[in-house]
Amino acid sequence: MKNLIWLIPVLPFLGAFLNGVVLRHRVDKRTAAIIACAVTGIAAALAIGIIWDYTNDPAFAGGKPFEHDYYVWMPAGPVHTLAEGAKDFNIPLGFLLDPLSCVMLFVVTFVGFLIHLYSVGYMSHEEGFQRFFTYLNLFMGAMLLLILGNSYAVMFVGWEGVGLCSYLLIGFYYKEEFPPYAGRKAFVVNRIGDFAFVLGLGALVATFGSLKYTEVFEAVRANPALMATAGHLGLTLAGFIALCLFIGACGKSAQIPLFVWLPDAMAGPTPVSALIHAATMVTAGVYMVARSNAIYQLAGGVSMVVAVVGALTAIFAATIGIAQNDIKKVLAYSTVSQLGYMFLAAGLGAYSAAIFHVMTHAFFKALLFLGSGSVIHAMGGEQDMRNMGGLKKHLPHTSRTYFIGALAIAGIPPLAGFFSKDEILHTAAAGGHWILWAVGIVTAALTAVYMFRSYYLTFEGHFRGTHEQEHHLHESPPIMTTPLWILAVGAVLAGLLGIPKMLTFGFLPEDKFGHFLEPVMEAVGEHHAHHVSAGLEWGLLAVALVIAFGGWLLARRLYGGDRGLAADQAFAARVPAVQRTLANKYYVDEIYDATVIRGFWATCRGLFRFDAGFIDGFLVNGARNVTVELLSLSSSLFDKYVVDGLVNGVGKVMSLGGRLFRRVQTGYVSNYALVLAAGMFALVCVFVLMRMR
Amino acid sequence: MLAITTNHYLILSFALFSIGLFGVAARRNMITVLMSIELILNSVNLNLIAFSYQLSDLTGQIFAIFTITVAAGEAAVGLGILIALFRLKESTQLDKATELKG
Repeated sequence: MKNLIWLIPVLPFLGAFLNGVVLRHRVDKRTAAIIACAVTGIAAALAIGIIWDYTNDPAFAGGKPFEHDYYVWMPAGPVHTLAEGAKDFNIPLGFLLDPLSCVMLFVVTFVGFLIHLYSVGYMSHEEGFQRFFTYLNLFMGAMLLLILGNSYAVMFVGWEGVGLCSYLLIGFYYKEEFPPYAGRKAFVVNRIGDFAFVLGLGALVATFGSLKYTEVFEAVRANPALMATAGHLGLTLAGFIALCLFIGACGKSAQIPLFVWLPDAMAGPTPVSALIHAATMVTAGVYMVARSNAIYQLAGGVSMVVAVVGALTAIFAATIGIAQNDIKKVLAYSTVSQLGYMFLAAGLGAYSAAIFHVMTHAFFKALLFLGSGSVIHAMGGEQDMRNMGGLKKHLPHTSRTYFIGALAIAGIPPLAGFFSKDEILHTAAAGGHWILWAVGIVTAALTAVYMFRSYYLTFEGHFRGTHEQEHHLHESPPIMTTPLWILAVGAVLAGLLGIPKMLTFGFLPEDKFGHFLEPVMEAVGEHHAHHVSAGLEWGLLAVALVIAFGGWLLARRLYGGDRGLAADQAFAARVPAVQRTLANKYYVDEIYDATVIRGFWATCRGLFRFDAGFIDGFLVNGARNVTVELLSLSSSLFDKYVVDGLVNGVGKVMSLGGRLFRRVQTGYVSNYALVLAAGMFALVCVFVLMRMR
Repeated sequence: MLAITTNHYLILSFALFSIGLFGVAARRNMITVLMSIELILNSVNLNLIAFSYQLSDLTGQIFAIFTITVAAGEAAVGLGILIALFRLKESTQLDKATELKG
């Protein structure tokens, strides 16, 4: 079964090929949807089968990875490496199955399949239905390549593939003005991160002459001294590589300062926001950092940077989320914030906690996004929460599942978010990073507030939209609500995989998730090293609970019933500057526009002038002048006088000779006869003279 | 009585040859030129016969008869050319026939 692992990424690619190239618009929406969902569904079933097979195979007990190279993709030949001197560097195309990729594989295929199903309903009235599913399948293939690849090179192919699909899907409504712009923005911002990522890969090749995870991490663990030598930018080698990879992750996972693309990415269709910009693609950065834990473990300083950036992003995005009125924007900033949590965990060395949060987040954030999609679907495209309200009675399934999602993300026990978030906060506290813990706990409070604000504004109170919209309100079809309920179940139960020890009460399984991932993070001391007293642990838990419930109750008091808009207005009236700043997202886009983008344009213009003036004007035209005026002139002179002179000279000599010798031909027969006689006489003379000798 | 020796023949032959050569080179009338050529040919014949007599070898005399035969042919061809020239130029003056002048 494990040998079929190659089929998992190939199937979605096949679906994309069928829908996008072979069939295109020749089939109706129904067939296209069946193809797209079938390949994803089969891939999901296959993935579950393979994970089952892998986890139950005694040959792979203890998290031994299953790895298979299919062929050597790039035989690059000998390179000089720091670790081993000259070495043959090959990039094989191969897949790796270990506990970490198992988790990601399950999340991506399972959530991906549900979102495919949901999209069939959501996109049913849209133009470009086939195109949508082509891109979605293409995305699935690239994402699976990313998580299954056994080397950074294969990961990078998937990494760029998902970036491309993200671009294509953000700009899906290409006839409007904003989506294509948002798509380009996402693509360009990601390029900045990718640049650093490639630098990191280059450093890995230069150091170890390999990009395969198994070889690289083995070498990293074997050469801690080498990794501690000076690299670049005043960092150690490990620090430099870690920083480069982290900047790449910042781009993909929307961390400060490269997060600006993600909120704009909401211009794409909502299922895309759920699948790519919440559940799977944006977690690729976290996956990559967790995958590279062996390197980060040796780069303490950079790990701290990762944690601080994560914490800052978390609270930064959470505060923005409070002041947004677009339901998808709230969720987008919530995603950025939750990704910040994941990096906080990864930076503190709690890689399994980060991946745990990736998984739980995939469930509840996909659920919330799909719920918001269902609302938008019912509202006929309306996204402003100020025009919603009271949708509970019209959309019973959506409102209930959305509420479950909100509970999960707010960290209300025993839902998924509680366990994963608590594990991260616990790590921060146990490591003595009280400031990070405080940031995390404040973010948790904010999360609860803005999530329930969005819930109350949307579903409670009275309807505030137009009469026409109210008439149009309807619950989504079962193909959309079923995925919602399945994800809701996931959002409730996923957390139970990672129950902390003291909450097991002696009979529940303790932190199965962490133990499952342990082999991948095995060389890492992890957060298990930090033990805190039971009292403190209970205390932290109590604070988390108080915060979560407090946030919920605060939101309920402020926004419950019909108070929502009034509360927003009161907030704006009391601290107008703060509200404006938050609603305008701290003016980050404007700051970037004024500095980076303007600066970029100015540089472009400067370079253009340099190009036009110096390169074109001086070098190119100068070269032209030298060649035309000097060389071609001299060559033309040479041609004219030497070559032509030779040719004409030959002619002139001939003509002169002719002019001279024509005189001999008088035409008088007597002259010829005389010459004949003279010749004969001369011959006789010669004859006689010769005889006389 | 002065004996006539081979030398005398040779002197006569030389005189005839010289007259002929002079005629070929100096005269303008083509008929005269042809006659001068005949003179040159006959001076050669005289030479051949004189040596044939002196050496008692008949080959020279036979050769002279061949030469006379060829000279007859030559005269015929020469007169043919003469007529052709006359038709072309209305004259037998050789200095009018200067088509080959370079």
